[in-house]
Amino acid sequence: MAITLNINGQDHMIDADPQMPLLWAIREKAGLSGTKFGCGIAQCGACTVIVDGNAVRSCNTPLASAVGKAIRTIEGVSVNNDHPVQLAWQELTVPQCGYCQSGQIMSAVALLEKSPNPSDNEIDKAMAGNICRCGTYPRIRAAIHRAAEMSKT
Amino acid sequence: MNTPSFSRRNFLKVTASAAGGLMVGFSLPTALQAAMGEAGEINAWLTIDPDNIVSIVTPQTEMGQGAWTAIPMMIAEELDVPWENVRSVRADANRHVNNADLYTTTSTGGSTTVSRRHPYMMQAGASARERLRVAASKRWDVPLEKVVAKQGYLTAEHEEHGVMQGTYGEFAADAVAVTLEAEPAIKAYGDWWLLGKDVKRLDVSSKTNGTAVYPIDVTVEGMVYAAVQACPVPEGKLVSFDFEAVKGMPGVIAAVELTQVKDVPAFTDLRSAVAIVAESWFQAKNALAVMPIVWDFGRGATISFESQTAEALSLLAAPGTVLKDEDGNVGKGLDKGVNHDAVPDLIAASAKLVTGEVYSRPFEAHATMMPPCAVADVKADRVDVWTFTQDIGRSLNEVADQLGRDTKAVFLHQTQLGGGFGGGYNMDVHRQAAAISAAVGKPVKVIRSREEDIAQDSQRPPVWGTYKAALGEDGLPVALLTHFVGEEKMPAFAQRGVANMPYLIPNRRHENSFVQNHIPIGYHRAPGANSNGFIVEQMVDELALAGGWDPLEWRLKLTEGMEPWQRVLLAMKAKSGWTTDMGDGEGMGLAVVESHGTIAGCVATVSVTRRGQVFVDRLQYFINSGYVINPLNAREQAESSAVWELGHAMFGGLQIRDGRIVNTNFDSYPLMRMPDTPPEIEVNLEMSEDQWWGGLGEPTGPPTPPAVANAIFYATGTRVRSTPLSKAEL
Ligand code: FES
Ligand code: FES
Repeated sequence: MAITLNINGQDHMIDADPQMPLLWAIREKAGLSGTKFGCGIAQCGACTVIVDGNAVRSCNTPLASAVGKAIRTIEGVSVNNDHPVQLAWQELTVPQCGYCQSGQIMSAVALLEKSPNPSDNEIDKAMAGNICRCGTYPRIRAAIHRAAEMSKT
Repeated sequence: MNTPSFSRRNFLKVTASAAGGLMVGFSLPTALQAAMGEAGEINAWLTIDPDNIVSIVTPQTEMGQGAWTAIPMMIAEELDVPWENVRSVRADANRHVNNADLYTTTSTGGSTTVSRRHPYMMQAGASARERLRVAASKRWDVPLEKVVAKQGYLTAEHEEHGVMQGTYGEFAADAVAVTLEAEPAIKAYGDWWLLGKDVKRLDVSSKTNGTAVYPIDVTVEGMVYAAVQACPVPEGKLVSFDFEAVKGMPGVIAAVELTQVKDVPAFTDLRSAVAIVAESWFQAKNALAVMPIVWDFGRGATISFESQTAEALSLLAAPGTVLKDEDGNVGKGLDKGVNHDAVPDLIAASAKLVTGEVYSRPFEAHATMMPPCAVADVKADRVDVWTFTQDIGRSLNEVADQLGRDTKAVFLHQTQLGGGFGGGYNMDVHRQAAAISAAVGKPVKVIRSREEDIAQDSQRPPVWGTYKAALGEDGLPVALLTHFVGEEKMPAFAQRGVANMPYLIPNRRHENSFVQNHIPIGYHRAPGANSNGFIVEQMVDELALAGGWDPLEWRLKLTEGMEPWQRVLLAMKAKSGWTTDMGDGEGMGLAVVESHGTIAGCVATVSVTRRGQVFVDRLQYFINSGYVINPLNAREQAESSAVWELGHAMFGGLQIRDGRIVNTNFDSYPLMRMPDTPPEIEVNLEMSEDQWWGGLGEPTGPPTPPAVANAIFYATGTRVRSTPLSKAEL
């Protein structure tokens, strides 16, 4: 079945089962491989994308439910890798293996759009769904504060 | 930084097109012969472009630990070239394997990339620099001593023409032809200009915009997808499956049986499994989930973690055996003038006996953030593979073995790894992809579901341990008997960090016993030391308290004269604010464990609520690895290993029932998350700088759980002897 998805401002015609998780449509059909698979059951956050302003786990979001909505993936965060969150991540050398980081960044971007100056508590809450096996949490926390600071100036 | 692998084909093409420029190859003493075999070409660790860009080859894999930055740093240090001019490129596994291990090794584990490999890697850079100098001295006709190689430029004062200068790039082609009379010595610590400085890893920015490529991201034209299921009880075998039942499901192409040859497979053998191949992975996975499959579960079907624990407890009630290594020596450390035979009698006759209770740690999975994946494209004349592996050369050989192909026809391409932690060794996903691609005649991407990953991972083994000690007049142990029970597949893990603990106790004996086990075992970040440290470093606190000693003073006393340990312990004393008495509900605990040649001390501060909930408020680390080439990366790795192991200690633990692992995803196998992460993690680098090198990718893990458990003891008076600590009744 042909379905139209709007990803990063562009329409993609996707021929797939409407029950297919959005994650696999983004990766295999739209060919955007920055969004990752980690658990398939909304537990790890590797697949996080932003749908209509909210961070969602694309691995358990059926394709059909994303129709007509604005989907943002890591590829749509900035053209030149220079969104404040990306810059802060680079400055504080957050990523290690990097595999979880697309999801971490999407969660952080969604958080900062809602709460431009989050407290540690808010950060903990917003980021609790994103696992990082490399344990980069202390740097993520610091980088979110740094990104908030950068966005102000 | 997704540079293509520096294949031989590329190499020749570039050489031909860059007229008069390029190519400096460098020989390692061990690899020189093999390299010379290739039409007179010297083997390549680096190339220099005419525009003075230096590409440095990385044989080791990158999994977040920084190998793709550390290797170029070591070579650039010797070459003396501006860091901005350096590019990091991938080694060609095919070239390595088919030229007598051209790069010495492609294995990436044990925190060895810097600690063990720096001599020959730095040598490659030094050799290059010297050849460039020789080339300049010839072209300019000046004595060699006058030629200075610095920051990408060769400079010399010529008697008639004055100052001569050129870039390395201008002399690269000449340098290839130079044969040195003797290889130069590598620089000593103190002469470094780049090593020892904070350098950001080169691949960081590719990991903030989704462009870093992992095996799961590789696509090949015409590629199909496979979901796999191996026997849920490891060692068991497939009896039958009913493909007819799922054949008509959307996208389904084929089912492929993967055959396990031996009854008990070796760690890297293909295990009995079945795959469904489909047009998308989602379709493959759905069909596999409903396909009827019959297994013969084999000997493991009656084993549970509870049955292994019961077996371990009965083994601990009787004497174990004293393990000897290949040379007949008792465990490393126990042979240094320690009288292990006298121990049972000394314990039996002791006036002040301390009898330990049983401590344990369970199985843990790697659960790398990227579940194991591989892409294979098997053609009649060549095979291409991209896979989760911590050793590209070894995996290439295994693919060749799986397919019965010549290694010359197998090309295994390095990608980024979504974590490794030792999981990339005892792994068969590359064999699966190769076998499936061969069977269906198409390129195939295998993705393991998280459930399949955890069920089939090579797990960190469990351990159960206890001790008895006879104390002397001064409260210090005169004799110590430790008895640790491991599992039968990797017995050495029940020794590491115990047999070779540093403490100077005049009579020591370490005994081992082993439970039956069918679960595959692997290397899990600081293997052996990770679980054993939990037991040893709580035992030490028990012994210190029984003898009336402060736990830190006890450790200082029993490592007297051992500079690397003293350095760490004295730093802990000076900087941590150490006390065993923080007041109600709060506690500070410490532990110090050596792994991979590095001594890491941890001081943990915890608070425990009235309801018994534990919060780790602060972790302070004191690390001595001898030298550090990149303090920034050292800190990153220290934080990483700390969070990693704290996660297992607080929340982890695999459950095994009817021979199978039952908690196979993050809902049932919880690990560290942001809210659980201590607000403060402090890293102090306390380097001896004294001719020995330890690794830095793992050592802060092992001291973390015992430091936290000791802190819980001082906060509550309750000693927690098993993990997960979050389940302890406090
Ligand atoms: S893959 Fe979606 S949350 Fe883990
Ligand atoms: S950076 Fe490796 S899992 Fe987060």
